[in-house]
Amino acid sequence: MGVKGIPLTKHETGLITTRIEEVIRWGRKYSLWPLPFGTACCAIEFMAVASSVFDISRFGAELVRFSPRQSDLMIVAGTINYKLGPVLRRIYDQICEPKYVVSMGACACSGGFYDNYATIQGIDQIVPVDVFIPGCPPRPDAILSALLKLQETIDREPQMGPRRPITEHGKTR
Amino acid sequence: MNTTTHGKRMEENRIDNPKPGFEDPSPGVDLDIADETALEDLGTEPMFINIGPTHPATHGTFRVFCKLDGERIEKAAVEIGYLHRGFEKIVETKHYTQVIPYTDRLNYCSGLVNNVGYCKAVERMLGVTITPRTEIIRVIICEIQRIMDHMICVCANLVDIGALTNFWYFFNAREKLNDLLEALTGARLTYSYTRIGGLAWDLPKGFEENVKTVMKEVPKAIKDVEGLIKKNRIFIDRTRDVGVMGADDAVSFGFTGPCLRASGVNHDLRKKKPYYHYDEFEFDVPVGERGDVYDRIFVRMEEMKQSYRIVEQALKILPGGPINIDDKNIMLPDKDKVHSSMEELINHFKLIIEGIKPPAGEIYDAIEAPNGELGFYIISDGSGKPYRIKCRPPCFYLMNGLKKLIEGHMVADIVAILAGLNIIAGELDR
Amino acid sequence: MEKLDNIIEALRHDLAEAVEAVDRPYGDAVLTVSRTRVHDVLSGLKTRGFDLLLDIAGVDGLHLGGRERFEVVYILYSLRDDLRARVKVFVPEGDMTLPTATDLWQSANWAEREAYDMFGFNFEGHPNLVRILCHREFVGHALRKDYPMMKGQWATGTSDLRPDIERE
Repeated sequence: MGVKGIPLTKHETGLITTRIEEVIRWGRKYSLWPLPFGTACCAIEFMAVASSVFDISRFGAELVRFSPRQSDLMIVAGTINYKLGPVLRRIYDQICEPKYVVSMGACACSGGFYDNYATIQGIDQIVPVDVFIPGCPPRPDAILSALLKLQETIDREPQMGPRRPITEHGKTR
Repeated sequence: MNTTTHGKRMEENRIDNPKPGFEDPSPGVDLDIADETALEDLGTEPMFINIGPTHPATHGTFRVFCKLDGERIEKAAVEIGYLHRGFEKIVETKHYTQVIPYTDRLNYCSGLVNNVGYCKAVERMLGVTITPRTEIIRVIICEIQRIMDHMICVCANLVDIGALTNFWYFFNAREKLNDLLEALTGARLTYSYTRIGGLAWDLPKGFEENVKTVMKEVPKAIKDVEGLIKKNRIFIDRTRDVGVMGADDAVSFGFTGPCLRASGVNHDLRKKKPYYHYDEFEFDVPVGERGDVYDRIFVRMEEMKQSYRIVEQALKILPGGPINIDDKNIMLPDKDKVHSSMEELINHFKLIIEGIKPPAGEIYDAIEAPNGELGFYIISDGSGKPYRIKCRPPCFYLMNGLKKLIEGHMVADIVAILAGLNIIAGELDR
Repeated sequence: MEKLDNIIEALRHDLAEAVEAVDRPYGDAVLTVSRTRVHDVLSGLKTRGFDLLLDIAGVDGLHLGGRERFEVVYILYSLRDDLRARVKVFVPEGDMTLPTATDLWQSANWAEREAYDMFGFNFEGHPNLVRILCHREFVGHALRKDYPMMKGQWATGTSDLRPDIERE
């Protein structure tokens, strides 16, 4: 982390020198507040991850916030069909930067085995996705592994400045 | 209601006997009349609000558009279809066995029940009788799934009302039951365990003992949750006489399952049209009185206890023997014979490429799913792929009645009523 | 079985030419009814105890070779006698109007909307016959055999539900 530590003595207070970017990175990594955009079966697996057996709160992501204004990680769990597409894009637009999107399950990644008139064949056609989790539904362990991978991604990215070029508001494709 | 000390204190603080020094500053003003005359000059406009389609993770996606007068709902319109995945169109291009994973995802909280319902319909169409061992195994897994589905429904319902602790209690018990089914089928949520004519494979070693051990958690969890809510003043206020549906209306709306039974109609397919030896098991069917949210939740809690009884009895009479029927045109042959003998190889090849071929015709068959009557109307044209499968989802008709249930109530009641109906979007929209 | 036969016999006696045929596949009872008399037959069955309308299924029989292209099947259940019956109506492609059953059973409301959405049946007298499963900008009827499977249609937003509130 690039920290220069000065040990505590009886008369001095502890002081750590680092760069602002590292502190921001540390804060963002370990407090990703998820917005579970749960539609189908994967939402039940997400509930299981949030429960005490698999416990996502170990990784800082316990505070599930259903409002896009209060969260920064959107987990799309379940099938997205053409009727729900505009809603998904609108919710994504409302999340404040920096925002991350995790596509959970086969249906969100690529339409799953519903290759027909009703299902969007992959949500990356409408929102930019950071981590794809395969599985139908993915095991809760896979979801935790994806969260860790996302934390590694945050490690590599610059934290000052916008994450992506700002696009026109309201564009769906 | 017996007044406790808390009640007495509340009586003492009422506005009619104020403490000295705390009298009403403007005595003699009757507040009720004051309200009415004040409101005459107030011009109010109805407000339109939209609830959904992204609903806090538990229920899937639907939209309720309300016309509000203050906090009361005057009129409402319900819109669904946000999880329409084209189940009925895509199964027309799959073989009968390939449809089984699609049925899993209908009511994903109890996937095995959908599998059993579909296989039961196709087996009736083929005219085969499954083996006694398979029948009892199917009963055991259906009842375990019934317990799991009711657990999710009740705990999600309580979370929406605000009682979060019960979520952890029920989910822990559900995870243990899910571990059982994972050992049996290999999957956590979408099991696809039944096959047409039998099951995918037999029970693993020690399954019966594991079931007995794990099932002991169920009454404990039920007792914990009941202890928290049964006499809880807040819970009773939020659920008693909220979302009342009378018996005649419930039948007219096509309700089936726990919601119909909560409205006072004693109708359970396991008793009225018994299948798989249900008429030999001893169990009761809980029936509610008023048809409100309280009744729906407690009908489900009682049904969990009855399912526990059925599983105990079924484990006692579980027979041995084969699990698949002995019919070359329906069941795949043993894999080791396929690799060594020509006849089995050709049989395997034909079944995989052409599929099982029921005779041309149509059938409607239903099963008592945890949510109600899950029916499949299958039309076959004699080929290996179904011509038309219409799934009769119990939630669709419950949702149809939602408009009537919420009109006249307040906005906060929508959540309690909606959760009490146990709407699973996968089944609702197919 | 005898109860169901008695009911069907009584019905045929009252409504002479309405019930065209009675089949018994797999032990169920299917009454084939002409399109003009379907409401009479359904209300006749309702008065004889069939108070639960389980489902309304639409069928596109393009490759089945039936009398007409489309069929509508009503699946009924009698709670007091525990009987199940189906009523089948053949509907030609050129004129897909049928009388609505919403005055008999309220479950017909959404079931008919779904049949309209998937096949295009026009139920006369229905309070709010709009699409229910596909989005409102969808063109075509999805479950017809000539609708291509992979043809998805993008929606540009959610629909305005104000007219729905007043209508239903």
